[in-house]
Amino acid sequence: MRQKTIAAVLGAASVLATATAVTAQDLNFDEYRQMLADGNPAELFEMEGEELWRTARGPKNATLEQCDLGLGPGVVEGAAAQMPRYFADTGKVQDLESRLMTCMETLQGIPSAEVINGKFRQGERGKIASLVAYVVTHSNGKPIAVDLSHPKMKEMYAMGEKAFFYRAGAMDFSCASCHGEDGKRIRATSLPNITTAKCAAEGWGSWPAYRVSNSQFWTMQHRLWDCFRQQRTAEPIFASDVTIALSVFMAGKGNGGQAVWPGVKR
Amino acid sequence: MASPMRIRAASKDGVTEVRVLMSHPMETGQRKDSSGNPIPAHHITELSAKHNDKVVLSAQFGPSVSTNPYLAFKFKGGASGDKLVVSWVDNKGESRTDEVQVS
Amino acid sequence: MKKILMLAPLALCAGAALAADLDAKVAEMMKTSFKANGIASLDRQVQDEIQKACSSPNDPDAATMKRLEEAQLATIQWPADGNYTGGDWKEGAKIAISGRGLTWTDASPDNNGGGCYNCHAMDPAEVSAGTIGPSLVGYAKLRGSSEEVVKYTWGKLWNAKAYNACSNMPRNGYGKILTEAQIRHVMAYLFDPASPVNK
Repeated sequence: MRQKTIAAVLGAASVLATATAVTAQDLNFDEYRQMLADGNPAELFEMEGEELWRTARGPKNATLEQCDLGLGPGVVEGAAAQMPRYFADTGKVQDLESRLMTCMETLQGIPSAEVINGKFRQGERGKIASLVAYVVTHSNGKPIAVDLSHPKMKEMYAMGEKAFFYRAGAMDFSCASCHGEDGKRIRATSLPNITTAKCAAEGWGSWPAYRVSNSQFWTMQHRLWDCFRQQRTAEPIFASDVTIALSVFMAGKGNGGQAVWPGVKR
Repeated sequence: MASPMRIRAASKDGVTEVRVLMSHPMETGQRKDSSGNPIPAHHITELSAKHNDKVVLSAQFGPSVSTNPYLAFKFKGGASGDKLVVSWVDNKGESRTDEVQVS
Repeated sequence: MKKILMLAPLALCAGAALAADLDAKVAEMMKTSFKANGIASLDRQVQDEIQKACSSPNDPDAATMKRLEEAQLATIQWPADGNYTGGDWKEGAKIAISGRGLTWTDASPDNNGGGCYNCHAMDPAEVSAGTIGPSLVGYAKLRGSSEEVVKYTWGKLWNAKAYNACSNMPRNGYGKILTEAQIRHVMAYLFDPASPVNK
């Protein structure tokens, strides 16, 4: 018995030692991420999300099992890989989070304002994150396949591209300040060049993700929100047009690349 | 109440590989909140895994283990359909037990 | 034939109008999609001349760049007493390494970091250095400390856009990111022979 305990502890220690060696060598975290991928704690959020999907909640005491994510009511398999998309019933381009918000409002009677005015990882917005973990898991390994043919999708893509290069705020940054060139880093963090199809796919296809450094699960809305915080802009509103436009731009640019969902980050 | 664990157990060639993800803050007791007050320790202290009713692993956990811990181990024996039960207890006396069938 | 000739200019106008329409829509979106929070007010979403001119994949033409740079150069405040490098390099090191300040989670705009290491290598012992900007390792050892180099560096720190209108570097002095005293400390970090940057 005692031997087994020691073996488990030693296992953990050797993982740590290897990770440190990699950092010091070349600031390359890929190997570290590979080690983390087995046992990605995002699965805990996925489990919670799956239960939330099937649980009757809200003033209308309904589940989300009739939620239409674009492939028909209740179809989760492969749905996230084709989002954002244009939805005729709302007349809007929606990403996964804003679509879940619509389903919660129409099916369950949970007001969208509760999510929009809420905080990340708390309340209904926190629940959406778990639902996102559940839905994206069912597109893991699939090619990103966003349909840009609808005029509203075309417009969102064009606006997303413009927003990507839009400099503003206290430090004159745009998304492109950090994500417009190949092979750059902020401190030790590698930055994908999102103006290339390959890196747009890597970026779009690796969020949402569990962040080991702070033990938090972040959706793309959360990721974009923190990018803007570090850009020193004002605060982007949850699921606002700029977040959808940038998502359409990234996903559309990355079309054909593989989604690795949910991701895991250091 | 603590959230469920995600447990996978697969048997192959007479060896069963078990992988467990636990949902737990694993607070060390060393950290301070934004107002400078220490955040009390809250972590798993003991964990055990039973194959049918036989203990195949028992472990002591402490504050050095990460939030949402992941544990993987193998034991000799186990066959498809067997019961595998994992339990933990933390320093606040909270506990959680989940079980799966070996695949 | 005549019809085609007539149509061509019309199509061009329509294209230009659409582009302007899109720009206006984006500028509107960059305001309506945001809300003020703490020190991060909504006027941060309104572009000044430099931000507007440098918001596409390609820089403006050379004449425009020159005009913009001259206007930015005029904003630089040079030290009245001629004290460019008399700061404390150890304080400069702290400012260079800190990337804090000016986000909506920062309570006060005081005591910001310079965030230099986000983009530049400086002290070779610091491995966690970004690569968006050029390496500044051995800054004064390589460039010397002539009046020209010292003045250029002060100016670059105060308003980087005076030397390259579309530089990625923030306008530390002009944008009130750093105070004059803080810039002097960073200058010392770059120029003091005792600074690890020059070891």
